[in-house]
Amino acid sequence: MSDSTTTTSVGLVKPETYHFDEPLTLRSGKVLPAYDLVVETYGELNAQKSNAILICHALSGDHHAAGYHDANDKKPGWWDSCIGPGKAIDTNVFFVVSLNNLGGCSGSTGPTSLNPETNKPYGPDFPVVTVRDWVASQVLLMDRLGIPKWAAVIGGSLGGMQVLRWAISYPERLHHAIAIAAAPKLSAQNIAFNEVARQSITHDPNFHNGRYLEHGTSPKQGLMLARMVGHITYLSDSAMRAKFGKTISDFEQQATNFGRDLRSGKLSFGFNVDFQVESYLHYQGERFSENFDANTYLLMTKALDYFDPSVDFDGDLSRAFEKTNCKFLIMSFSTDWRFPPERSRELVQHLLKAGREVSYLEIEADQGHDAFLMPIPRYSSALSSYLKRVHREVNANAS
Amino acid sequence: MRPDLAIIEQLIPSGSRVLDLGCGDGNLLHYLQEEKQVHGIGLEIDELNIENCLEKGVNVIEQNLDQGLSNFQSNSFDTVLLAQTIQALSKPDILIDEMLRIGEYGIVTFPNFGNWKSRLYLFSRGRMPVSKFMPYEWYDTPNIHFCTVKDFDALCAEKNIRVLTRTVVDSQHQGSWYMKMWPNFLGEIAIYHITRGDR
Repeated sequence: MSDSTTTTSVGLVKPETYHFDEPLTLRSGKVLPAYDLVVETYGELNAQKSNAILICHALSGDHHAAGYHDANDKKPGWWDSCIGPGKAIDTNVFFVVSLNNLGGCSGSTGPTSLNPETNKPYGPDFPVVTVRDWVASQVLLMDRLGIPKWAAVIGGSLGGMQVLRWAISYPERLHHAIAIAAAPKLSAQNIAFNEVARQSITHDPNFHNGRYLEHGTSPKQGLMLARMVGHITYLSDSAMRAKFGKTISDFEQQATNFGRDLRSGKLSFGFNVDFQVESYLHYQGERFSENFDANTYLLMTKALDYFDPSVDFDGDLSRAFEKTNCKFLIMSFSTDWRFPPERSRELVQHLLKAGREVSYLEIEADQGHDAFLMPIPRYSSALSSYLKRVHREVNANAS
Repeated sequence: MRPDLAIIEQLIPSGSRVLDLGCGDGNLLHYLQEEKQVHGIGLEIDELNIENCLEKGVNVIEQNLDQGLSNFQSNSFDTVLLAQTIQALSKPDILIDEMLRIGEYGIVTFPNFGNWKSRLYLFSRGRMPVSKFMPYEWYDTPNIHFCTVKDFDALCAEKNIRVLTRTVVDSQHQGSWYMKMWPNFLGEIAIYHITRGDR
């Protein structure tokens, strides 16, 4: 935490745990008898309780979206570029709620929590949760916090899918839905990548059918591979070329070297790490596998694969959107090939068909899917402009 | 408000659904939303304009008109607007068909190239007209399909498009009896209210 960031940072934050005793019946039919949700909030809830914004996290995100847990933290929360005083999601005017979803591994009840029936970690016995289940639990959290209606629900990627589910299932409980780099449902290619990730986890010899915690180990290699595959799909070709193409020969002065920077200046002519990109992926995978739970990763990818709000409407998403009653902002990024702009345009088309109020932006960005986490000027500025309007409406309703 | 927009505004009934093609900074839609409870959506490609729309609370979709309007359902709007944009389109005739597929009514406004000033400029200087209103050189202009009032009348006839009203005004957007007499010679901006001929 550096001093220069404190003026636009929410500063030190402390997560809170909310316990829920009422059993939650999940989409699968299974019942979660009781559970915890760990939550961070930034800013102040106004007297009318009308300035609350919910942040929904993506696959590997958690409740720690902004600020620092400790003065010695090197990195702030995952969406600190957008959340803070004077930032796009301005904590001077909004009360921002961010939680770790059920099945997560950052404090909310999930596979690493103790199963009250066995007194051992749930592990593979933790039920498969869906986007619908997450949103159902978020509604209960909202009630607990005494918030009647969100000014906006915002999320990117898998978070954007929660936003869409909110709009369809709880139309009276949000004014604005902001879905960024999302998709109406996963494509075969998306599911295929997820399956490679799952296979690499479940085939790790330390996986022990998901009961690795009871064996005092974890499928680190498998999780690392899963993350490496995932990471490739989050970046664009151009982002990788730029990131790993800093060394250029005389000949290539005007061009990049296709991102082929070498790790130690020469080829090894062996099967070691030769290129920077390899070493980067190893590093990212390794760091991730130390901090993330493999069963949670499996659950999150399943939640992605299963997401399809049109399923209750004979596959017609526009009929699903006819249930909605909020205004929509949809944004996509030009080089995102995981959930490319066409997928967001599908959302827009179905929203238009349903006669909903929608705005759509296609942001030029080199960073691929990851762009939704980056401080891209046009992106932040558009989000900020839209939320100024939301804030104006909050104020108008208050007076 | 830009004066041609003031004329357009009168052609749009309260509470109607309006699609504004090339909505600019959203001023017109904002006005229509506030004063006439219109349900509006604008299409725009300029980043700054889009942001202005977002902040005003005007629904705006980033979409290039040259890539078509196939994402819009037939008969999903009452009025589709094309204000001062037709001259920048690559296929204006196809877009006009699309306007009247999507909306019951269309409103098209454009700078009349048949105006005496343009004619005089070309006649006396022998060069493509450049004015305060059309400040571009021929090579850098976004305006690639200029037409005259007569040209547009001919297109409407050819496409069996019914012209409900045709207004021409000068650059101060004032109309007059002599402009009505010689619209193609005196009018600087033309405003057409159109619908399909089979209605």
